[in-house]
This record gives sequence, structure tokens and C-alpha cells, in this order.
Amino acid sequence: MTDADDLRRRTAELLAAHPPAATDRLEFLRARFDAGLAWVHYPEGLGGLGAPRSLQAVVDAELEAAGAPDNDPRRIGIGLGMAAPTILRYGTEEQKRRFLRPLWTGEEVWCQLFSEPGAGSDLAALGTRAVREGDDWVVDGQKVWTSSAHLARWAILIARTDPGVPKHAGITYFLCDMTDPGVEVRPLRQITGEAEFNEVFLTGVRIPDTRRLGEVGDGWRVAQTTLNNERVAIGGMRLPREGGMIGPVSATWRERPDLRTHDLHQRLLTLWVEAEVARLTGERLRQQLVAGQPGPEGAGMKLAFARLNQAISGLEVELRGEEGLSYDDWTMRRPELVDFTGRDAGYRYLRSKGNSIEGGTSEVLLNIVAERVLGLPAEPRTDKDVAWKDLAR
Amino acid sequence: MSEQRDLLYSEEEEALRAAVRDLLTDHCAPADVITRTESDAPHDLALWKSLAESMGLAGLLVPETHGGQGATHREAAVVLEELGRAVAPVPYLTSAVVATEALLACGDEELLGRLASGRTIGVLAVGLHRAPGADFPAVRLEGGALHGELTGIADAAAADVLLVPADDGGLYAVSADAATVTPQTSLDLTRPLATVALDGAACRRIGAAEPAVRQALRSAAGLLASEQLGVADWALTETVRYLKERRQFNRQVGGFQALKHRLAQLWLEVVNLRAAARAAADALASGRDTDVSVAVAQAYAAPVAVHAAEEALQLHAGIGMTWEHPIHLYLKRAKADSLAYGTAGAHRTALAALVDLQAP
Repeated sequence: MTDADDLRRRTAELLAAHPPAATDRLEFLRARFDAGLAWVHYPEGLGGLGAPRSLQAVVDAELEAAGAPDNDPRRIGIGLGMAAPTILRYGTEEQKRRFLRPLWTGEEVWCQLFSEPGAGSDLAALGTRAVREGDDWVVDGQKVWTSSAHLARWAILIARTDPGVPKHAGITYFLCDMTDPGVEVRPLRQITGEAEFNEVFLTGVRIPDTRRLGEVGDGWRVAQTTLNNERVAIGGMRLPREGGMIGPVSATWRERPDLRTHDLHQRLLTLWVEAEVARLTGERLRQQLVAGQPGPEGAGMKLAFARLNQAISGLEVELRGEEGLSYDDWTMRRPELVDFTGRDAGYRYLRSKGNSIEGGTSEVLLNIVAERVLGLPAEPRTDKDVAWKDLAR
Repeated sequence: MSEQRDLLYSEEEEALRAAVRDLLTDHCAPADVITRTESDAPHDLALWKSLAESMGLAGLLVPETHGGQGATHREAAVVLEELGRAVAPVPYLTSAVVATEALLACGDEELLGRLASGRTIGVLAVGLHRAPGADFPAVRLEGGALHGELTGIADAAAADVLLVPADDGGLYAVSADAATVTPQTSLDLTRPLATVALDGAACRRIGAAEPAVRQALRSAAGLLASEQLGVADWALTETVRYLKERRQFNRQVGGFQALKHRLAQLWLEVVNLRAAARAAADALASGRDTDVSVAVAQAYAAPVAVHAAEEALQLHAGIGMTWEHPIHLYLKRAKADSLAYGTAGAHRTALAALVDLQAP
């Protein structure tokens, strides 16, 4: 069993063989992956050592202290947070060896072709078709809300392979090459002015059967791994006190006494308390995971994160008074990553409106908490035994 | 400062919880608590004897050298969670936490030992609503005896010894026999208030009042969050159970989305409260980051406990409005707790200075 001392020794060896100051960034990241220090809980040969997940912090701390480059997890968040755990769990050996290394180093960016104009919260209602032709699947349909599609080399894709069975049963999961003919990415401009998301049109795209992940018709179950990891990734960041959006607004309050009012003071203090308590809940959840007693608290983290971001950024626009009436830039940018602190309060206010929609709406998550944590009865399902093709649309 | 906080329950703490819960299940049934509130003796002194003397819980915060258990605020917090869950009418918070902390600050070993044994109940004669940093009234010291009246003193009716601040800045121990304790009609029937009148009462100086009261009220505020967690957790658990049983419109009522979302929201608040309460208990035990942790926990806890009890009442509908159902005991406790040891607003104001978010 690999322990903390062993990982420190391996990290020291990596740093000795590839001194960060004298090594190309990509070369260092590849060497780190090959040393099993990328994600230590993954298997040997796939970037890990089969060590306890909690020991990753030991490696990260040593590398950070040595000034080693990181793999910019924000830009490649979909690959790291969603595609990787799904490929690890359901992929063939060939798929794992082909995809995990360039995914982790960031050489290949991933996106997620799940949501459709007619399948948002009811994701399993999706209509993109994949039809078997020889060794290939031919895919036709439209996807939406696709972050990073304009940068992505690969996509995780779910498509309907059997319209004759109920909606959850006829879905299959694929790994789609975004450079293939028939894949068209169009920017989708949002309320912030930028085009962070895309629409993706799939027209006669041929995906070889070797790029199928999991069994035919089992895509919904595979997608659950992706979706559960997405919610963990969105709500589960480790933060110091004032580490989230409460940080900028607190700083503004301290630096600008001229903006202070009694009404805003009370709201700020209330939100400061809520942000600190949410941070403690996240910390408690992590301690439970490390202690091997995972609790259901994670289900609530994204809900809390969305509500707080919206309330805090709304407060900050008001706090800025006259400045709150201006906006930094309406030009249609194509950001590589969502920056919640780099732009101004107006941007944060508008962008945070998406926090209660993306990755599962707050309403869907409340249902999940009510049914899976509290054990309350599920909503009556009128579509359970109906073939997808017979559903009203 | 805020790092490396242990927010979990240890195995020993879970064992302690199980023992206290067993005792309360057997000896603190809701119907009996309701009956007791209608009597002249609202405190359950038999239950107190079991908790304090048989289980030794009155001395958790007292070092072993002074006859206590030498445990910490973390363990006391677990006891308070369970007492909150049962709205137990015992002077645990007032005697084993508040008066004990005041005596620890004064270093009075003799009285500490007596409180730790549970055979003596001590009460700090400071109104229940006073926040840790707030001013508090003192009585007049004249000719070596105390004169004056104090109001809103929680659990004074059960006290053997009163710890009374006097106008010379001292804290004095007064035998309850030497005072006139008159019960007030209280919102919270399970933690009743009383007035304390002193008319030349004999007393013994045990130390300086200001630091003792401050330490006592700070611990009280921090650990009260755990009691509020117990209250909120009971309200959520009972309401979920009821809504799974109750049928209307040929369905379990708990299957309606409008109600599911309210319960899920409440669950979120309880989960958050648990983290905040654990953080405060751990900070009190370790002495690190204590003021901020206590203020955060108390600013968060009161609205959650009240919200949980109010939701429990509304979602039980008609039955929730009755005297025979125990929800009203929890609502009254939750609402009274929202004033005890400082309101949420008072704690937010304290926090403003602590984290440099000054008022206009």
C-alpha cells in the first residue's frame, strides 16, 4: 500500500529528474502522469498508484512548494471532472490508455454533448439519434449549452439508439471526435454578452463502435457517473474563509466606506455568515470522505453555492451604487474558462444566474435530496412504461 | 486560524450520544414533558439526577482534579443536541455549562466540585437574553449583603446556588434559600424564567464578575447552537415521518413537490447548522478562533431552529396547533432560544467587528 512517505519520495524523484525551472511545462506534466502522481487514486499506468484519494493533497503540496506547473484544472474541468471518472469506470483498456493521459495533461480538451433543446432537466428525453451501420454509428441531432465545444478535441456524447423502448433504456454513451465531418459548433451568446457556451449540430457523424463507452442501451447508467461527478465538481471546491464570492464584496466594503449603508450592512453580514457556514459544511463533508464515512451533504453543496453566489453578487451590484449601473464589456468574448472573480460585479450577477440551472437545476436537486436523502415518495411518472417514440413532444 | 477544525463526531462522542438518547427515550417522553409543564414543578429533577449524578454529565467541563470528567465542549455539545431533541426540562445548559464556566473563570474549586457532582444546581443570575459582550445588571452590595432584584433568570426555580454580579464588580455565591425566587410565566415552558429578589442576602465573593460572565455567556452561546441543532433535527425528522404517513388526495402528502422542496430546503439548513455547531464546539474546546466561530454559529442557528419548528407546525397542519402534540414545546423552545445569549442580530453585530466589516 502506498503511503504518504512513499508519495513524498516519489514526488522528490520526479522533481529531481525534471526540475520545474528547467523543464518544459508539457514535458513535466507527462512525466508526472507517468510517475503515477497525476491522480494517485487511479490505477498504475493510468496516472495513479492505486493510493487513497486523500493522499493527493500530499503530492499537490510538495509540487506547489517546488513551483511545479499545474494542469490548469479549470480549463480542462469537464475532462478531469466528468469524462475521466466515466472512462475509468466504463472504458475498455484501449480507451483508458488512449484518452486519460492527454486528457490529464490538457493536450486534449473535452466537452459534454448531453443537453438538447428538448431535453434539459428531463435529460433522458433526448432525441439525438445514433443508428448502427456496420462498424460505425451514424449520429444526427442537436446539442446545446456545450461549454468548451469550440476548444474541445473530444466529447462525451449520449444519443438514442433504440426509440422503441422507454426513454431511459434506449440511450448509448459514446466518445465523439469533434474534428470529424458533420460536427458543427456555433457560439451561443448569453446574457453576459459572451459566448461561453455553444450549440453543436451533428449531421451524419460517423463514430466507430470502438468509441462506444459501456453497453448498447446502457448509456443512462453510464451518464449517472458523469452527472454525479459534475455536481461534486461544481459544489465541492475547498475554500479558505472568504474564499468564494463573499471575498470581493467584503473587500469592497472594507475599501470603500463611502458606499456603506445600514441596510446593505445587515445583508452583507447575513451572507457572510451563510458563506462561512457553507464553507464549514464543505469542510465537514471532506472530513467525512477522508474518514471513510461519506455523507449525503454533497447533494446540498451545489444548491447552497448557487443561492449564495446569486445573493452575494446581487448585493455587490447594489453596493457599488453609481458604478453598479455600468458594465465592464458587452463584446462577444469566447472565454476559455468562467472567471467568477476577474470581471466586475455586473458580470458576476448575470453569470451566477446560471448556477441554479447548469449541472441540474435547483428544483431537480431539491427533488433528489427529498427522494434519496429524506426518502419521500417520488413524483408520479407518466412516461415510465412508454416507448420514447410514443411520448408527446 | 480557521484551519484544521475537527467537525466530525468521535466514536466516544457517538457512544455518549447513544447513552443519553437511550435515557431520554425511557424517561423523557413528550407526553410526560407536556404534563410536567402544567404542574408546579416544571423541572424534571429525577431525570437531572440520572443525567448528572448517575452518568456524571454535569461535570463534563470540570477537570478531574476538581471532581469532574475532564471532557470538553465537544462532548457537552453532544449532550445538548440530545437534550434539545427531547426538549428535556433539565438545567443542563444553565448549571453544567453557564454556572460551571463562571466558576471555572473564578477558580472556585469547592463550588465547582459540587456542581460537577450534580448534587448542587447552580445558576448564573444574568438574564437569559444577554449576549456575551453585552452589559448586565448588578445588585447592590451593602454591609456585606446583597440587595436588589434580577429578572429573566433561567432555571432559577431549580437552583440551589445563585451566582450574582454585584455593583462592586464582584461575583457572589448566594444560597437559593437566602433569595426570593418567583417564577415568571415564560414563553418556553421547559426552560422557565424567574425573578430573583435579594433583601440583605448573605453572600460569598468568588471572583470578578466581568470575565466570568463573559466566558460563561460565550460558551453558552456557542453550545446553544448544538441544542438548537437538536431541536431542528427533531422537527425535520418528525415532519418527514408524518408526511410519509399522512394521506390526502389519495396520495402520501410527502410526495407533493411543493412540500418536498420545503423539506429538502430544511434538510440543507440542518446540515449547515450541524457544521456550524460542531465548529463552535470544537473552537470552544481548542480555544482557537473562538469568538468568530461562536458568533457565526449563533447567527446561523437561531433562524434555522425557528424555521424548522415553524415548518413542522405548518406541515402537521391542524394537529400541529394542538396542546397534546409536542410541536408547540419545540416551537416555544426554538423561539426562546433565538433570544437566549444574544439574538442572531446581536451576534452578527459582534461579528462585524471581529471580521472587519464595520457598520456605516
